[in-house]
Amino acid sequence: MSGEIAQAFAQAKARGEGVLVTYAMAGDPDLPRSVDVFAALVEGGADVLEIGVAFSDPIADGPVIQGAAERALKAGSTLKRVLDEVVPAVRKRCPQTPLVIMTYVNLIMAMGEARYAKLARERGVSGTILPDLPPEESASLRATFDAEGLDLIPLCAPTTPPARAQAIAKEGRGFVYCVSVSGVTGMRAELPPDLSQRLDLVRKAATVPVVAGFGISTAEQARMLSAHADGVVVGSVLVHAAHTEGPEAAKALCADIKRGLRR
Amino acid sequence: MTTETAAGRFGRYGGRYVPETLVPALQELEEAYAAASADPAFREEVARVLREYVGRPTTLTPARRLTEAWGGANVWLKREDLAHTGAHKINNTVGQVLLARRMGKKRIIAETGAGQHGVATATACALFGLPCEVYMGALDVERQALNVFRMRALGAVVRPVESGSRTLKDAMNEAMRTWVSQVSDTHYVIGSAAGPHPYPTVVRDFQAVIGRELRTQAQAAFGGLPDAIIACVGGGSNAIGVLHPFIGDASVRLVGVEAGGHGLDTKQHGASLTLGTEGVLHGSRSLVLQDEDGQIQEAHSISAGLDYPGVGPELAHLAKTGRMEVRIATDDEALAAFYEVARLEGILPALETSHAFARGRELARELGAGKHLVINCSGRGDKDVATISARGVPPPVGVKA
Repeated sequence: MSGEIAQAFAQAKARGEGVLVTYAMAGDPDLPRSVDVFAALVEGGADVLEIGVAFSDPIADGPVIQGAAERALKAGSTLKRVLDEVVPAVRKRCPQTPLVIMTYVNLIMAMGEARYAKLARERGVSGTILPDLPPEESASLRATFDAEGLDLIPLCAPTTPPARAQAIAKEGRGFVYCVSVSGVTGMRAELPPDLSQRLDLVRKAATVPVVAGFGISTAEQARMLSAHADGVVVGSVLVHAAHTEGPEAAKALCADIKRGLRR
Repeated sequence: MTTETAAGRFGRYGGRYVPETLVPALQELEEAYAAASADPAFREEVARVLREYVGRPTTLTPARRLTEAWGGANVWLKREDLAHTGAHKINNTVGQVLLARRMGKKRIIAETGAGQHGVATATACALFGLPCEVYMGALDVERQALNVFRMRALGAVVRPVESGSRTLKDAMNEAMRTWVSQVSDTHYVIGSAAGPHPYPTVVRDFQAVIGRELRTQAQAAFGGLPDAIIACVGGGSNAIGVLHPFIGDASVRLVGVEAGGHGLDTKQHGASLTLGTEGVLHGSRSLVLQDEDGQIQEAHSISAGLDYPGVGPELAHLAKTGRMEVRIATDDEALAAFYEVARLEGILPALETSHAFARGRELARELGAGKHLVINCSGRGDKDVATISARGVPPPVGVKA
């Protein structure tokens, strides 16, 4: 298990803050400039970085991240290049921040599970999130990751029945990613009313921290959720800001959301 | 005979690679389907609608002039083009929409490539009174105008998909995204024997009516089993439907024909069984056209229904284990076969089906006289007339130029 992720959550807790996990797409608008985006997010207060790796068929993503994936693919982003070029550069500029890869299972299969795990760990990646790999399909990959000390971070959904959610939470690695809305990634004006109850249930069963993600874009939403989770994940709003206004705008948004996480 | 090595697994292929949000819905579907298929009342209801409305059994037609022209085995056509809506797709949509109604679902979504599955879904929804939304690649919306009109006439909403290659694979991505957002009251009618478990099994079972009828009809027509059955393969629903009931019959050669597009060396084809590698697309592990980094490649075929970079997991298993022979027909070969069948048999086959016909001659000759070759006539070509006529029509038969 990665000590880095646990440490980041412990440090935030000690400071009386919820953890801010931020997502951006490696290779958007191109590989070097996406490094600037990741660094800006950390300057804005991000505690954990999710590094998106573009896939041609992103079924869990809404229009904003789909668009970022198309731009990244055009810019030549591949899993190999992200591990070779983006991850080490981000690592250099943000040495204290745990890095988590978020992509789809086909890219990991194409590289080879063991090869990916080894390379990711060597480059300084702490964990991996695969939104199209439910627990039933993840046994072999998780064993490979465990052997390498790379966390396979599980997801829990609003439709997940309580007993299944508890099992996922109990067996979690790194942190448990609670998907807040039934749907794809993207900003939402309102979050479901039963979200806090679900977070409480998962948090009670979890052996690792619990974060809420999908649909979260404001300090107010972050403040409300940080009473029931150890942190929040913010993605589409930052990807949109970085794409339309540049890294500084994403940094400012991070700082604003981070204020919502101070207890 | 089953090729399922575990629930939803066909050897190395199959499974359920989807967002966690969908897993409970797929489990619910799996359970509801198991209960329905064990319920004689449900089975009879499906059979009754197929009989009274779809026009089943479809005929097994002797193709006497093709037999003569090809100079080999006796050629027979399993006429799915005579089913209501003009293709085999209706067998599955009637079954799935009845299943959705039994599950209490309030609305139906579907994806479509050529539009045949969209039309068949819209038809079943009209018949049973459920609202229907069909996702279709924007490119396919352009080239299949007739089917777009038919879906709209039947009351369905057609949603053009602008992302990616603007074809079937992108329509399927968008349908899955929509389903994730509306999973509590919506059933997603997948049209191919692909997608996450239990879809490959559900679609195959509803389509296997083709092969079951063929067994009975072959017995009556020539007193035995066919020596070979040939079907086109995109995602593979007509192929698995006609072939599945014969998997255990070693004497029956099973042949699938993939889209060769502009040729296998051009990267513009849909030959995922021949040139695909193992990967995960649209919820199942199968053979897919992808680059070395795992990005899915755009498929190409003159027929929108074969323009798909994946294939159902059971067919991948049958191909890899050698039970099914896989052959290729290019766009040009399919077009030539279209006119051959039109002029020798008075049938305009769909461009998809024309791929199967394109490999018929050599297969008939390999088998030889006295043997019986069945070609699954998966659909009719009306929807393709714009594509085909744009290339010019050969001179009439028997008229001096």
